[in-house]
Amino acid sequence: MTVQAPPVRPESRSDAGVPGKPRTIPRHGRLTPYLFLAPFAVLFIGFVLVPAIFGLWVSLHDYNYLLPGQPWVGLQNYLDLFTPGSRDSGDFWHSMLATGIFTVLSVPFLIVCPLGVALLLNRAFRGRSFFRAVFFAPYVLGVSVVGLLFRFLLDPNIGLVNSYLGHAIPWTTDVPWAWISLVAMTVWWTLGFNAIIYLAGLQEISPELYEAAEVDGASRWDQFRNVTLPGLRPVVAFVTTVTLLASANMFGQAFLVTKGAPANETRTAIMYIASTGLGSNRQGMAAAMSYILAIILIGISALNLRLSRRREAS
Amino acid sequence: MSTLTTTRRKPWTPGRVFFWLTLVVLTVIFVAPLLWMVSTSFKTNEDATALPLSWLPRPFTTDAYKTVLTASSATPVLRWFLNSLLVAVANSVLVVTVDALAAYALARLRFRGQKFAFGTVVATLFVPPFVFLIPNFLIVSKLGWLDSLWALIIPSAGGAFGVFFLRQFFSSLPVDLEEAALIEGANQWQIFTRIVLPLARPALATLTVLSFLTNWNDFLWPVYVLFSAEHQTLPAGLSTLQSSATTNYPLAMAGAVVASVPVLILFVAAQRHVIQSVTHSGLKG
Repeated sequence: MTVQAPPVRPESRSDAGVPGKPRTIPRHGRLTPYLFLAPFAVLFIGFVLVPAIFGLWVSLHDYNYLLPGQPWVGLQNYLDLFTPGSRDSGDFWHSMLATGIFTVLSVPFLIVCPLGVALLLNRAFRGRSFFRAVFFAPYVLGVSVVGLLFRFLLDPNIGLVNSYLGHAIPWTTDVPWAWISLVAMTVWWTLGFNAIIYLAGLQEISPELYEAAEVDGASRWDQFRNVTLPGLRPVVAFVTTVTLLASANMFGQAFLVTKGAPANETRTAIMYIASTGLGSNRQGMAAAMSYILAIILIGISALNLRLSRRREAS
Repeated sequence: MSTLTTTRRKPWTPGRVFFWLTLVVLTVIFVAPLLWMVSTSFKTNEDATALPLSWLPRPFTTDAYKTVLTASSATPVLRWFLNSLLVAVANSVLVVTVDALAAYALARLRFRGQKFAFGTVVATLFVPPFVFLIPNFLIVSKLGWLDSLWALIIPSAGGAFGVFFLRQFFSSLPVDLEEAALIEGANQWQIFTRIVLPLARPALATLTVLSFLTNWNDFLWPVYVLFSAEHQTLPAGLSTLQSSATTNYPLAMAGAVVASVPVLILFVAAQRHVIQSVTHSGLKG
């Protein structure tokens, strides 16, 4: 697997331009690569590899970092989560359901709305890059600013939205309004990100395909169906995967705007994991929850990838 | 970027009217919330909550900014701003430095276990980030970094994205210059600093901007690892402005404006890099 170069390689000019020659430079000391790698390796091992394993270890304990002992409980945390009526199972699966609801409601909008905007921006007109910047700007603001702003805009009493509607709609404290709020603000916040990816995909589609379609007398709609959509298929698959994961990771919007209300209806899985593990210092249980959620998400992404591959093949 | 051009005067066909109407409505939807944020930040609290709501502050006041920017304030937004700036700058410098070094080794040098190392780095990109939340909290607490800005600067620099991104870029560079330098007797460090880094400037800029933005906006982690008011970053601090029973919205919006302005300026100045980083993640990732 690994091509190992001898420490000193005889100089040969003949292979300088040979096609297929590996694009590496073999002339360096044996230690050099490790010195280049070392600073990153320390951080990567310390804060990525070790935590991934350490987290599993934590999930097998009744872990509370403030207490002197961390009793070993084996798989008990996992079993509890799958035992109806145990301390955490109800709340945990309810939060998983909230994450599921948010994902199912938000992903279609986050796939379709940015595509519409990308199609608008893909036309030739003055100020195109200005409008592109306008639609992308909210994304760079971050969830704390967006959350604070929408909590204010959607305030039932003094919010701008209700003042225009003339009704006291409980946008942040009752369902289904809270879900509409969370989805709408997420679309406003991240639409630009997906739109930029679509836009890049649209520009990869060869203009000749459109010209050919036009010669054949295809209408705009026909062109969209028969040229644009097939050309965008891999990009749509990518956007779907990324958006699914982003929605399943939702935390800030609900933390700031609905605070999980009403009751715990909009408390997402990440919110529950964070408050269990970091708020109530029950790190063992929270670690177990995060592995369950991770396995489900990795499974869904793999399934999504397979489905889009199969669609591409057919 | 585009090969399309507009002609000077086009007739106002129904299609064109519809197009511009859609564009204007969308622009209003995207800009109005931001204008409301700015307008409210110049209001008094009574004015901000008085019905009917007004788009213009009556009276116009900068009190909210004076309050949040005073060092002795219970909501030291200026302090949070400096914390955020320190953390985001330090983190992005660290990320770009260690990632460029590692990416060079993975792209250009040869060593035992190279494929395995690169494979491991790439594999971790598929692990959802919340998996690291609890164990990293415990590791950070063991290092004594809870409630300290170190917790925001160091751990996230272990992320694999930058190494993957730069490795792909370095691999795409032509190898001829490096070979010529090698024949001239340059060592790997000289080749890296004098040839590869200057050639990779656009990719390094993109990664810097991306790291800065990610770190500046990071929310969940600082909310849970920073405790005292003076150690907060802007996102974590802003959330405390609103969690009190009665929110002073001019104050909160002034804080939000202070948090937005730097990233909006950075975005406008480095738009090409920001957009490119997104496109890269989309088409090549």
